[in-house]
Amino acid sequence: MKRTVITVVGKDTVGIIARVCTYLADNNVNILDISQTIVQDYFNMMMIVDANRSDKKFGELADDLEKLGHEIGVQIKMQSEDIFNTMHRI
Amino acid sequence: MINIFEVNETNKMVEQENLDVRTITMGISLLDCIDSDLEKLNKNIYEKIKAKAEKLVSTGHEIEREIGIPIVNKRISVTPIALVGASACKSTEDFVSIARTLDRAAIEVGVNFIGGYSALVSKGMTPAEELLIRSIPDALSCTERVCSSVNVGSTKTGINMDAVRLMGEMVLQTAHKTRENDSLGCAKLVVFCNAPDDNPFMAGAFHGVTEADAIINVGVSGPGVVKTALENVRGANFEVLCETIKKTAFKVTRVGQLVAQEASKRLGVPFGIIDLSLAPTPAVGDSVADILEEIGLESVGAPGTTAALALLNDQVKKGGVMASSYVGGLSGAFIPVSEDQGMINAVERGALTIEKLEAMTCVCSVGLDMIAIPGDTKASTIAGIIADESAIGMINQKTTAVRIIPVIGKKIGEVVEFGGLLGYAPVMPVNNYSCEAFVNRGGRIPAPIHSFKN
Repeated sequence: MKRTVITVVGKDTVGIIARVCTYLADNNVNILDISQTIVQDYFNMMMIVDANRSDKKFGELADDLEKLGHEIGVQIKMQSEDIFNTMHRI
Repeated sequence: MINIFEVNETNKMVEQENLDVRTITMGISLLDCIDSDLEKLNKNIYEKIKAKAEKLVSTGHEIEREIGIPIVNKRISVTPIALVGASACKSTEDFVSIARTLDRAAIEVGVNFIGGYSALVSKGMTPAEELLIRSIPDALSCTERVCSSVNVGSTKTGINMDAVRLMGEMVLQTAHKTRENDSLGCAKLVVFCNAPDDNPFMAGAFHGVTEADAIINVGVSGPGVVKTALENVRGANFEVLCETIKKTAFKVTRVGQLVAQEASKRLGVPFGIIDLSLAPTPAVGDSVADILEEIGLESVGAPGTTAALALLNDQVKKGGVMASSYVGGLSGAFIPVSEDQGMINAVERGALTIEKLEAMTCVCSVGLDMIAIPGDTKASTIAGIIADESAIGMINQKTTAVRIIPVIGKKIGEVVEFGGLLGYAPVMPVNNYSCEAFVNRGGRIPAPIHSFKN
């Protein structure tokens, strides 16, 4: 199964996780794992998701999330898990 | 499973340290386009490039989007045109018509450079090869995206001094023909010794005759990532220094490998090689010179520069080799002047000279690269510089190259603006004692004794 990593970085505010998760649920993207930390007031979240059953294409989902990030005032990136696995795992 | 720290490390490399894949270059063989009818040949070439590379740029964008790494350039290299046009071209104008076709094809498929307007004349020149070489100044002045290269020597064959002398003249003529644009044509012209068949980097890329019909070669980058990693080990000994470079090079190269495999799969074209070069850009923080200074030099050009570069180059290869299934091309640290802000600074403060750059080319790829020299430099002096670099390549069994720009109308210390990835450069002084009698001897320099390995 091809997994996707979503990262959210920015100033902490109310409802970041809720907004992102609602979008993912609406688009049939399943969340497999979430980890989150706050470093010096900065919100830092990583999600591993399964986007294979979504009706939207990868590029559309990534664009939507980027736009959502602008609305909330954070940066949201969606990337294939491959880049992290190739770089950090032998 | 991957953790948040690893994800952040990768994204920081991309966002803050200029990690990117420098180029996906599709090599395309034009051997099956050969025809004795020039018009038909041009048509065949245009159609083959269009058919093979139609999806190259869009596929590059797709991969960029999905894995989240910028792929800066999408390019094409083709079979040396001196071979492809040998049967149809009877004049320099005939060859220039092929250059125009290549330019048109490059614009059509959306790549920013197409390499392979080349001749391989390390031992001798056929009439067609000489015609192609003589057509280079016109070809580069009437096209926008075509890149040209000429291989004038190799460890196995020695140095073709007739070709070296001719190239001295052609570099100067190209400078004159493109004088309106600060002699920019010369930035698209490389003279090689031991040119590799599978180099993805411009301006020297061509698709060798030993290659398959089409192939994907990828050039990685990442000087900024290495520099940042080294900031964390300031003052540590050489063992720690080398280990740090190796680990970083490994990570950078793995990204290149991933991009190459994806591109190959999606385009249905076999994967060729990864070129492990540290390729700088004029962007601040994307500089090989900065790495050398981080290693411990006050300025590039100081004593110790060659040793630091040798160490850097070797560790990059050692780290990169394990990260990729096939390594090739130039694979080493690039030291272009105009494309590296740290190098430009060193020249401007008077710390770096052409002679020191020449010494540095003995231990890294690729050669005297993107160096602006006064426009009144003699052709024989340029030929002498080419001969020196070729000798370094021939004796050390490595690729060397010369891409110098005699900027017509400009004097030492004046600044030349090339724009974009080509950057800007201060005009550097050249030793003007004559070597005319040497380069005018004619013939070739024999292959060195250690080339006889059979």
